[in-house]
Amino acid sequence: MNPNQAPRTRIRLRYSKAGRIRFTSHRDVARIWERSLRRTGLPVAQTEGFSPRAKLHFGLALATGYESEAEYLDVDFKCADVAVPDVLDALVSVLPDGIAATGGSVLLPGAMSLQQAVTICDWDIELIDVTADDLAEWVDRVRGAATIVITRERKGQQITDDLAPQIRALEVGESTSRGVRLLATLGTQPRAARPSELLTVFEPQYRPVLIQRTRQWIEQDGARLEPLMVGAAPAQHTPVGVQ
Amino acid sequence: MSIWPELELVLPEVSKPARYIGGEGGMVEPEHHPSKVAWLLAYPDTYEIGLPNQGLQILYEILNERDDAVAERAYAPWVDMEAEMRAAGLPLFSVDTHRRAGDFDVLAFNLSAELVYTNLLNCIDLAGIPVRAEQRADGDLLIGAGGHCTYNPEPLADFVDFFVLGDGEEVVSEINAAISDWKRAGKRSRQSVLRALAAVEGVYVPSLYDVVYDGPALVSITPRFADVPAVVEKRTVADLAAWPYPKRQLVPLTEVVHDRLNVEVFRGCTRGCRFCQAGMITRPVRERPAEQVRTMVADGLARSGYDEVALTSLSTADFSGITEVVSATMDCGAGEVSVSLPSLRVDAFTVGLAAQIQRARRTGLTFAPEAGSWRMRQVINKLIDERDLYGAVESAFSQGWRRMKLYFLTGLPTETDVDTLAIGELARNCVELGRAHTKNPSVTVSLGGFVPKPFTPFQWFGQNTVSELQRKIFLLRDDIKRNRGVQMKWHDPKASLVEGIASRGDRRIGRVIEEVWRQGGTFQEWSEHFDYDRWTQAMDRHGLSVDWYVHRHRTEDEVLPWDHISAGLHKDFLWQDWRDALNEVGLEDCRWTPCYDCGACTGYSIEHIVASAVPPAGGSQGTGQVPTGYQPPRAVEVQLSGVGERASS
Repeated sequence: MNPNQAPRTRIRLRYSKAGRIRFTSHRDVARIWERSLRRTGLPVAQTEGFSPRAKLHFGLALATGYESEAEYLDVDFKCADVAVPDVLDALVSVLPDGIAATGGSVLLPGAMSLQQAVTICDWDIELIDVTADDLAEWVDRVRGAATIVITRERKGQQITDDLAPQIRALEVGESTSRGVRLLATLGTQPRAARPSELLTVFEPQYRPVLIQRTRQWIEQDGARLEPLMVGAAPAQHTPVGVQ
Repeated sequence: MSIWPELELVLPEVSKPARYIGGEGGMVEPEHHPSKVAWLLAYPDTYEIGLPNQGLQILYEILNERDDAVAERAYAPWVDMEAEMRAAGLPLFSVDTHRRAGDFDVLAFNLSAELVYTNLLNCIDLAGIPVRAEQRADGDLLIGAGGHCTYNPEPLADFVDFFVLGDGEEVVSEINAAISDWKRAGKRSRQSVLRALAAVEGVYVPSLYDVVYDGPALVSITPRFADVPAVVEKRTVADLAAWPYPKRQLVPLTEVVHDRLNVEVFRGCTRGCRFCQAGMITRPVRERPAEQVRTMVADGLARSGYDEVALTSLSTADFSGITEVVSATMDCGAGEVSVSLPSLRVDAFTVGLAAQIQRARRTGLTFAPEAGSWRMRQVINKLIDERDLYGAVESAFSQGWRRMKLYFLTGLPTETDVDTLAIGELARNCVELGRAHTKNPSVTVSLGGFVPKPFTPFQWFGQNTVSELQRKIFLLRDDIKRNRGVQMKWHDPKASLVEGIASRGDRRIGRVIEEVWRQGGTFQEWSEHFDYDRWTQAMDRHGLSVDWYVHRHRTEDEVLPWDHISAGLHKDFLWQDWRDALNEVGLEDCRWTPCYDCGACTGYSIEHIVASAVPPAGGSQGTGQVPTGYQPPRAVEVQLSGVGERASS
């Protein structure tokens, strides 16, 4: 049988990354998923060719050192009847401390990739050496700026971008034992704005101790949808763990 | 207690922070207790290099299985992390529970290479105790070291409290008992624990020995007390089957070297390659039962999620029943497992094995003929005849391989330019063989400068100078340059010189190591940090001659800095083998031929454990079985552009 016509199931998984494992890179996490899925013994589809690899499709990379409550990956299975609860159960004992699968849904054929589909992310940024009042003043300045030109290095070239339209929301959060939280919603298209970039736009540059991605969203017709809900197959494949 | 809250603030500032987080699959978070000896097992190089070290992982498991011990791990922080740690006042720490080194009783290093010696000093300093053993207080951390480099412990004798020689599986428990007694007694007398450690067979406590010199010459190293052994014998595990470790190989969260399941199929090698220290000091051959190998592979793959397994040893194609074990391994995990066989012999049998494991992708294959001419290979006792080599190469190209890597040494005893240039000839011939099978065959010659090591027949040989090694490298490079399909890489001869200083140095070399470290010379095995001038200037400043330590041929009656250490090998056996080398006489592999009493078995009443009574099919290499009618090839006709060095005889 042509492998392209073989029955397939694509499952979108949501997972969290927290604790010391946050210092692993995106690439490290990809390898952790490959090994973990292999240990489950689930029928994960493999790429063709000389060195077969598991067919995994990751979403937006999370910077090394950041935590997240909402990371996603799509996994292809080489059979038609893979159930999301079974996958989540099998992953419990094989994922390392700090990474946990928290939800999943079966995708319809042709669902848009995570990279293309996700449009905004919510961030929770814990800053130290700052008071809530100072931060509020800083937030006002950022929100009041019509344009915020930043310089990025992209493929070895310096390019400038306007960050202002990418800052979709910005507010001061609660105080912590170490400092104050900054809550931000940043756009991801065509290029994802990074919290680290946001923190450099105005002096003083506050120092983050913990940056956490709390949600990723797909905007459709003015509504914000959790990625597990977009492209998910209906009825018998009810998404599991949707927030 | 854990220093993680402080580390967390520092880690965003450094490269590859995952080096410092631990959290590997198989990791233990042991419960410390006053009644347990706490070991911090350290590898004095980066996490990526150190994590896979099997010796360290074996001891980690054995100690953590005990009721009276706990073990955690530490690795040398990279230079950016060291700077952050020093700025924040953070000490060396364990990656398992992020405890300070000072919370442990023992800091024990694995030493696999001489160029990490300055890192060892740096780790001791980061642990917060004096680098010099004599300056340590009674209750300070004990500093231990094991691994291949400890067969010449003298260059580190001033910094390490105790060295362990040979296999660690059994002796580590005896050491633990000695330290446990000391700890129970409130760590009051450091002398008492050192004396107790010296009484453990296989343990060398350098501070209990007097060293006498006469000018540059070493006269003697003798114990200062009657109950301290005059000669310290290595430890050897008689039967590998009794030690199926690691049972839970660590699976790192970030990429490391040899990132795969590793199963040791045998320990020791009696091929008798005269340049190879590992083959001399790990004798005899002890095979793991094939059934146990299969179990360890199957369990390890299921546990780890790896899809690659390496069957490790010093020459894996020599394992009895290798074909069956490879087949069984390939069948694990529904055929999605790949097998790698490091350290392969050069012959067609080996290529057949390689073909079996690389069904799909056949890109590169590596062989180590080590020398270009048959004469030279007789000198080093690596008896690969040309027919084996070309047979292997032909077989590889015909089965789909397109690239080949060939490892060679230069600066070998009696080497002339004829021998050096024979490497080029051999590489060209391999490319020619490949042309019949593929359009663009490629052969890469990798050339390393030879560094004589203790407990080998070449321990008396004067190492080639940097300029001589450089001349030979360029001679070969210029010879190869015009040939399409042949590439060449080489090792920095200056690094070989520094390795040579430490390899056969005596206790006085410690001052040089300390000075290079004090000037910031860490990570010397990393070319971007290696600083040759620091080493030679430190030698000058301490009135030590590089010529004396490195380039000088030793005589039979000379006292060697490791004469009070024993790897079982009789010194007169090694001397005879050295004479045989100079006479271009090969020596058979005693695994399949009668014993010639090198001392490694007879001295310890142990024997080879080898399942097959006959050598594996397919080659002459190292078995002494030069095929009848074999004519050594004629010397390559070349114009000599320089005079090669010959060992004094």
